[in-house]
Amino acid sequence: MTFKQIKIPVLVSLAAILFSCQEKNESSSTLTGIDQVSYNFHIRPILSDKCFACHGPDANKREADLRLDTEDGAFAALKESPGKFALVSGNLQESEVYHRIISEDPGEMMPPPESNLVLTEREITLIKKWIEQGAKYEPHWAFTKVEKPNLPPSDDWSKNEIDRFVLQKMEENGLEPNPVAKPHELIKRASLDLTGLPPSPELLDRFGDLTGENSYEDLLNGLLSDQSFGEKLAVLWMDISRYADSYGYQDDNIRGQWPYRDWVIHAFNENMPYDQFITWQLAGDLLPDPTKEQILATAFNRNHKYTEEGGVIDEEYRIEYVLDKTNTFSKGVLGITMECAQCHDHKYDPFSQQEYYEMFAFFNNTPEKGYEGDVSVSKPAKTPILWIDEQDLSGIMSFINYQDTSKLSVSVMGELGEEEKRTTYILDRGVYDAPSVPVSASTPSSILEFPKGLEANRLGLAEWTTNRDNPLTSRVFVNLIWQEIFGTGIVKSAGDFGMQGDLPSHPELLNWLAADFMENGWDIKRLLKQILSSATYQQSAEITKNHLAKDPENIYLARAPRLRLSAENIQDLVLASSGLLHQELGGPSVKPYQPEGVWEAASSGRGVLATYVQDTGKSLYRRGLYNFIKLTVPPPKAIIFDSSNRDQCEVGRGRTNTPLQALVMLNDPMVLEASRVLAANLEETYENDNEAIQMAFKRILCRDMNSEEEELLESYFEDQLKRFESNQDQIKPTLEVGEYPISSEQENARTAALMQVIVSLYNLEETITKI
Amino acid sequence: MDKEILEQGLNLNRRKFLSKLSLGVGSAALGSLLIPDLFKGGSPDEEAIMAALPHFAPKAKRVIYLFQNGAPSQLESFDYKPLLNKNMGEELPESIRQGQRLTGMTAGQSSFPLVGSYFKFNQYGESRAWISEIFPHTASVVDDICIVKSMHTEAINHDPALTFFQTGAQVGNRPSMGSWLSYGLGSENSNLPAFCVLLSRGKGNGQGVYSKLWSNGFLDATHQGVQFSNSEDPVLYLKDPKSMSRDERRKMLDQIAAMNDLSYREFNDPEISAKIQQYEMAFRMQTAVPEMTDVSKEPDSIIKMYGPDCLVPGTYAANCLLARKLSESGVRFVQLYHQGWDQHGDLPSQMAMQAKDVDQASAALISDLKQRGLLDETLVIWGGEFGRTNYCQGKIQLDNYGRDHHPRAFSIWMAGGGVKSGMVYGETDEFGYNIVENPVHVHDFQATMLHLMGIDHERLTYKHLGRRYRLTDVSGKVIKDLLA
Repeated sequence: MTFKQIKIPVLVSLAAILFSCQEKNESSSTLTGIDQVSYNFHIRPILSDKCFACHGPDANKREADLRLDTEDGAFAALKESPGKFALVSGNLQESEVYHRIISEDPGEMMPPPESNLVLTEREITLIKKWIEQGAKYEPHWAFTKVEKPNLPPSDDWSKNEIDRFVLQKMEENGLEPNPVAKPHELIKRASLDLTGLPPSPELLDRFGDLTGENSYEDLLNGLLSDQSFGEKLAVLWMDISRYADSYGYQDDNIRGQWPYRDWVIHAFNENMPYDQFITWQLAGDLLPDPTKEQILATAFNRNHKYTEEGGVIDEEYRIEYVLDKTNTFSKGVLGITMECAQCHDHKYDPFSQQEYYEMFAFFNNTPEKGYEGDVSVSKPAKTPILWIDEQDLSGIMSFINYQDTSKLSVSVMGELGEEEKRTTYILDRGVYDAPSVPVSASTPSSILEFPKGLEANRLGLAEWTTNRDNPLTSRVFVNLIWQEIFGTGIVKSAGDFGMQGDLPSHPELLNWLAADFMENGWDIKRLLKQILSSATYQQSAEITKNHLAKDPENIYLARAPRLRLSAENIQDLVLASSGLLHQELGGPSVKPYQPEGVWEAASSGRGVLATYVQDTGKSLYRRGLYNFIKLTVPPPKAIIFDSSNRDQCEVGRGRTNTPLQALVMLNDPMVLEASRVLAANLEETYENDNEAIQMAFKRILCRDMNSEEEELLESYFEDQLKRFESNQDQIKPTLEVGEYPISSEQENARTAALMQVIVSLYNLEETITKI
Repeated sequence: MDKEILEQGLNLNRRKFLSKLSLGVGSAALGSLLIPDLFKGGSPDEEAIMAALPHFAPKAKRVIYLFQNGAPSQLESFDYKPLLNKNMGEELPESIRQGQRLTGMTAGQSSFPLVGSYFKFNQYGESRAWISEIFPHTASVVDDICIVKSMHTEAINHDPALTFFQTGAQVGNRPSMGSWLSYGLGSENSNLPAFCVLLSRGKGNGQGVYSKLWSNGFLDATHQGVQFSNSEDPVLYLKDPKSMSRDERRKMLDQIAAMNDLSYREFNDPEISAKIQQYEMAFRMQTAVPEMTDVSKEPDSIIKMYGPDCLVPGTYAANCLLARKLSESGVRFVQLYHQGWDQHGDLPSQMAMQAKDVDQASAALISDLKQRGLLDETLVIWGGEFGRTNYCQGKIQLDNYGRDHHPRAFSIWMAGGGVKSGMVYGETDEFGYNIVENPVHVHDFQATMLHLMGIDHERLTYKHLGRRYRLTDVSGKVIKDLLA
C-alpha cells in the first residue's frame, strides 16, 4: 500500500484553522454556536481517536475494507453492503456512518462494544452536522505548508505581533490581559528563562524599575549574551537527544559523550541557526570536508543506550539502535511519533510501515556494531569514534572543557562506503530477524515528498528537514520554545503533531511564529527575544475569578503562568543564591552529594559505576546540567522533580507536587550546606540580624520582603536564636553538613539560627517557582 | 480574592484537587499521590477510565511480588525432569531444540549435553507437587501455592527480559506494573506510597536491577516506585538533619506554611495550598515509614518464622517481613528483588545458597499472611525473568555445571489473592525444554494479575502521544484455570 495516491482536493482554509481547541470541551448544548464544522478541528480528532484503529491507515487491521481517513475511502461504495455508502455528502439518511453511530444494537453500533470506545453525545452531534454540511475533508493542519497569516488588527496593549494573536483569542473568550508584572518579577522571570539562574541582588538593583539606561530590552540583551544562556537551553536539548553518561542496560558502564553536551552549549551560545544546528547533528560527517566540530555534532545520533550484556545477539541490538535514532529524529525534530509504524502501518497517521523503514534506511548505513564486548572490555566510545586531541582542543574545539592531555573519544556517525552499504528491509512486527521487502531511503510523502535530486542519505534528509516547505520542523521547534517559556506549548502534545496530537490553541500564531522564524534565518535568540518582549509574557501571574471561571488551564494566557522550576534549575538557584555556585562551562559530568547506597543497591556489581564515588571541592557546586547521569539509576533527586530519565527522547516534563519533593528540600545536604554557608557569610557581613535576613531573602526570593514576611521571619529567627543559645550542643551538629569550610568563629548560635531561617526560605513555594 | 469563588473554580477539577491533597485515600477514583497541573483538565478519556474502576469485584487488594532476579533454574526447583539425570551428558536432540535461538554465550558451543538436577526432588502436600530438596519451607506451604511450570517469555537476555516482565515491553520507557496499579487503584494508606520497592542481594552470580524497573514511565511521577533502603534513611531524604527534633521540624513547617499562605493571598494559585499539604504529608511520612521499618516490636514467633536474618536490615528475610508490614498497612504493590540467580556456572553450590536465602522467608510470608487472614486478599508472586537451559553451559561435572538462559519454559509460583491453591499448572516435555500443555505468556500472567485486582487489562489504559498504552501491550489473556 502506498500513500502517494492520496488526493486531497480541499484546500485547507484559514477559516477552519481559526477554530481553537476550546471547542473540544463544549457541551452539546452550545454546539449550535458552531456555524461551520471543521474536519481538522472537530471531526478528525473524533475519527482518529475512535475509528481509525480499524478504519484507518493500517491496511492489515482494516475492517470491512473501509477507511475513513481518506476522502476516497470514505465516499467509496461499501464493499460489504453493495449500494450503500459510509458517507454521502449532505445526506444523513444515506450515510451509513450516521446510522451506525446512533445505533444501540451491539451488532451494528460503532464503535463496537468490544473496542471499549464510546462516542459522546457531543461527538455524535458534530459528526451529524458535518455530514449535513457536506462532510468535507481537509489535509491535516500540521502537514500543510507554513504560510504566514495576516496580522490581527493593532491595539493599544500589544507590544509585538505575538500579542495581537493572543489578545484576539483572549477577547473571543471573554478575557482581558493582566496588568504588567512588577519589575523585580520580570527581572527574575527573564533571568530564569534565559539563563536558568536567579538574578543577583546587584542585577536586581541595577535594573531597578527597568527604566532609562537599564531598560527591559537591555536586560534581555544582557541575558541573551550571557554564557549561561547555552546551559539553560541545553537542558531541553539533552532531554531530546537522550544524553547520559553511561551506556544503560544492565552493567551500565561509563561512556564519554559529554563533549557533545559542550558542543550543544557552544552552539546555543554562538546562536547557531536552528537549520544548521539540525543539519550538523543529522549529517555533519557527510558535509563536504567536514570539520571535527561538525562530526562531533553527529553524536546526537549515538547517545542512545548500548548493551554490554554478555551473550546478546549482535544484529538484534544494532537494529535496536537504528530504531532509536529513527524515533528520536521523528519525535524530537519532526514532532511525530512514528514508532507505531515500526511493527505495522500507523493506526492514526498516514505513515505506512514501508515509510517507517524508508526513514530507518537513512540511519542504517553506519559502521556501528550491535555489540563490542561486555563490561570487562568497555571503552568510553563505540565505533565509529571521533578522536579529539590536544591540538583540536586548542583550536576548533576549544569550547570543550577538558584539562587532561589524553585523547578524548566520542561515539559519532560515519557512513559505509558504496560497496558495503546495507539493504534495508521492512521488518515484520518490527523484529530484527524477520526482514521482508527491501526498501530505499525516503521520507513520508504525507509530510513532504523527498525532493528529486537530493541524495538519499542523511545529508539529503537534513536538507528535506530544513526545507522551507517542510511543514513540521519550524512549527515543532517554535512550539518547544513556547513550551519552555509558558509551560505548555501552543500544541500541548509537543512530541505529537499527528492526528492524535492536541490541536493548537493559537493556530495562526503558531504559523506566524514558524514562518517568521524561518524568514529570519532560524535565529533562536531572536525568537526568544521576540517572545520575552511581548506584552503577553510581561503580564503578572495573579489569578482572578474571571481566570478561574473562563480559563482555569490558562490556555489563552490572560495571565503569566506560575511554573515550578526544573530539577536542574532548582539546584542552580540554591547554589547561586547561596554563593556556592561554581560557574564553569562544560566539562566531564560531576557527582555531587547523593544519598548513600543508591547506585550500590541497584547494580550488577560490575563496571566502574558499580559504586558512587562522590566528587569533592568545586565539582560539588556545578550547575544541575552537569550532574552525572547513570541511565539505570538516574539521579534520584532529579527524578523526584520530574526530570527525564534519559532512557529515550523526551520533549517535555511533568510538573508534580509531591511529599518526596518536600523531603528533598528539607533534608538534602545540598540545600542544608547552601543555607549554612550563606548564613555564615551573612552573619559575618551584617551586624544587624534584620539586615542579614533581608539580604538572604533578596538573594533567594529575588525581591525585598514585605512587612508581614519580615515579622514572621524575625520572630522565627528570634525563636531559633534562643534555641541555639540555650542548647549550645546543637550548634555544631546543625552546622556539620557539607564540605564547604566555615571558620570556627562563624560556628555560633546566630549562624545556626540564620541557617534555619534560610532553609525555610528555600522551602517556600515561591522560591522554586517562576512567577 | 474570595475563597468561595476559588473553591468553585476548583470544583472544575474536584477529583484532581482532592487527589492532590492526599497520598491516595483508598477510593479508586482518588488515585494516588498527586497529579501535575491542578487545572490541567483531566482528559475525558482518563476520567472515564477511572470512573469504570474496578471493572469487576477484585479478589486481591494488594500484591507482593518476590522477584528472583537473574532467573532461577526451574530444573533445580519446581520442574522435575528425571530424564535429564538418566540421559546425563547426552546431546540435546535437535527434534527438541528445533533450531531455537541461543544466547551468544552458548551459541558457539559445539555440543549441548543434557544435565540433570544435582538436587533430589520429592512430592509434597495434597497436590503431590514435585519440589527440590533445597526448598523445604516452600514445600511445607505447597498446598497454599499454585506452581506454574509453563511460563514463557520473548527475551533471551536479562535486561530486556526483566523490563518485559515489569513493564510489558522489552524496551521503551513504559510504566512498571506497580505504577499501573498505583495509577488505577491508588493507595489504601494516606501516609505511605502506593508502590514500594525493596532490594536484597544473594551470594550467587548477580545481575543488576535498576530504578528504571520501578519507573512511572509516561504516567505521572507520583506513580513511581519508592525505594526503601536499609540505611538509616529508609526512604531517600526522609530523615531530618542532626539536632532537628520533631518539635523543631513542626515549627519550621508552620513557618513555611505561614509564609506560603501570604503568597497564596497574593496570587490565589491553588498550587500553593497544594504545596502546603505536601509538606504536611511529608511530615506524616517521617513518622509512618520508620514505624514500618522497625521490626523490634515483632514477637519472637514471627522472628522465628522468617528466620534470624529478618533482623538484619537489607536481607531478603527482613524485606519479606517489611513487605508484610507494608502490605498490611495498605501499600498496593510491594516489589522485592533478590539478586544472584544467574547460574551460568557453579550452579549446584550457588543455587543452594540462593535457595537458603529465600526459601524460609518466602514460605513464612505465606504462613504469616494466612494467620492474619490476609492471604485471601493479598496476591504473592515468586519467580524470575526466564528459565535456564536443560543443557550444560561450559564443562559438565556431576556436582558442577551451569545453565544458560532459556525463555521457552520456566516456573513461577503464586499464592493467595484469588489464585487456586495447591495446584500445579502447565507442563513441559520430558526434556524440560518446550511447553506441552497450558502455556502462560508474560502478558497472560500480567492480564491475570490485573484481573485478580479487579481490572480488565484491556481497559486500564493511558493515552500518551496519541496512543493508548496498557501493561499487556497488544496481547495477553486471563488464565481462568488459575482463578480460585
